[in-house]
Amino acid sequence: MTQWINACSADDIESEGVIRFDHAGRTFAIFRSPADEYFCTDGLCSHEAVHLADGLVMDYVIECPKHSGEFDYRSGEAVRAPACRNLKVYSTRIEDGCVFVEV
Amino acid sequence: MTAIVIIGAGECGTRAAFELRERGWQEAIVLIGAEPGLPYERPPLSKPTSGGVCRRPVCDDSALRAADIEYLRGVDVETLDRANRCVRLADGRNIAYGKALLATGARPRPMQCPGGDRALTFRTMSDAETLYRKTANAAHVAVVGAGLIGMELAATLRTAGIGVTVIEAGSRPLGRGVPEALAARLHARHCEEGVRFLFNAGVSLIDGDTVVLSDGTTVAADVVVAAIGVLPDTSLAERAGLAVANGIVVDATLATSDPDVFAAGDCARVPSRYANGVPLRLESWRNAREQGAHAARTMLGDAAAFDAVPWFWSDQYDLGLQVVGIPIPGQRNVVRRLSSDAELLFQLADDGRMCCASGLGVGNRVARDIKLAEMLIARGVRATPDVLEDPDTNLKSLIRQ
Repeated sequence: MTQWINACSADDIESEGVIRFDHAGRTFAIFRSPADEYFCTDGLCSHEAVHLADGLVMDYVIECPKHSGEFDYRSGEAVRAPACRNLKVYSTRIEDGCVFVEV
Repeated sequence: MTAIVIIGAGECGTRAAFELRERGWQEAIVLIGAEPGLPYERPPLSKPTSGGVCRRPVCDDSALRAADIEYLRGVDVETLDRANRCVRLADGRNIAYGKALLATGARPRPMQCPGGDRALTFRTMSDAETLYRKTANAAHVAVVGAGLIGMELAATLRTAGIGVTVIEAGSRPLGRGVPEALAARLHARHCEEGVRFLFNAGVSLIDGDTVVLSDGTTVAADVVVAAIGVLPDTSLAERAGLAVANGIVVDATLATSDPDVFAAGDCARVPSRYANGVPLRLESWRNAREQGAHAARTMLGDAAAFDAVPWFWSDQYDLGLQVVGIPIPGQRNVVRRLSSDAELLFQLADDGRMCCASGLGVGNRVARDIKLAEMLIARGVRATPDVLEDPDTNLKSLIRQ
């Protein structure tokens, strides 16, 4: 059963950036695209349990900081090996300058 | 006969096999591995979990089937018969090839001293299982060699509460591949954790549970591990008459002196743009994958030179080290401090082009900036020390200037 959770302030994330968000024993990555849209995915790379929040965001791609697997953070799709399993994505919305995620 | 035969099913050979299929190769792909089981990643071997050795497959059987890759596991190759264009297996089978890739990797350098065969090695899954089984109740382990593997093992064993003495022939840990300032920080951390180091120490003999050093001092140890480097597996290439010199000699496209035989990964010596064209033999996970993929493309007719920037990581305790490019010992390092426990070091060529970057921080703290540095190095971007030192300069802006 999902809920909308207030994860952070919209400005906590730099443009073309990512932060880590933890909630109820789970961990997520929240992205702010170069066009200031917000996205949320599982926080750990599907190849190995490495947190994506330490990775580099270029345009719409997040690169795992350890093995350079890449994902499109809008859809969670694994776009470069060794990442081959997609990330789950979660809906987001902005309200009063806060990023809400449906997790 | 148009099959492509890949000898060696580690990270390199396996990546090559899948790249061939991804690039549209329609004919047979035969991937031959000497070790049993599925191809697996070596870096996790030094990081056991409570369940034992971490076995992380590079691919599973269904992926191999889907890509129609014929994988022969636990099979030794006896001969690369270039005259007849076939690979002869130890079990007598012959596999004809149109092109062959040697991705045979490397094996641990053995200890030459008397009793040297008592020292465990650390390269394969089986080695790791043996080490962790034998050290399960050990009080003290002697690790010979303070290179990356030795230091990672020291950290793993010490974290498990086992006493560790590291015996190193050189005067400091980690040698030329890691800038001295970062090696010093890692050394200090190991010391804080209680690891004992003996430098400028040669091993004369290993006798029962004692290591005797060349100056006569002794180190008592329940288990001795030799982590003194690896030797490239070039015997097949040598017997086949291919040029070998600290690795199988290839050109920048990864072709050997035989136009239908290629080599890649730990076993190959490749001209490097990042070492002024001097051939390098790199021993990293990333290089194995990048060269495996490149060799596949070359086998399909691509004439591009291999030009991936060398990069590796090492995790010791909660610290993560990453190095991109080839460090030049003694060259000035421009320091960019990220926080009290994370820093980056850059090396610039005379013309200002970045040629190397390294970083040490907690976890993967330095990863993002090292990735940006990799892009700067690959693109030949020039930077000045003051810009790199300034924490308010976003490195990403240097890429897009």
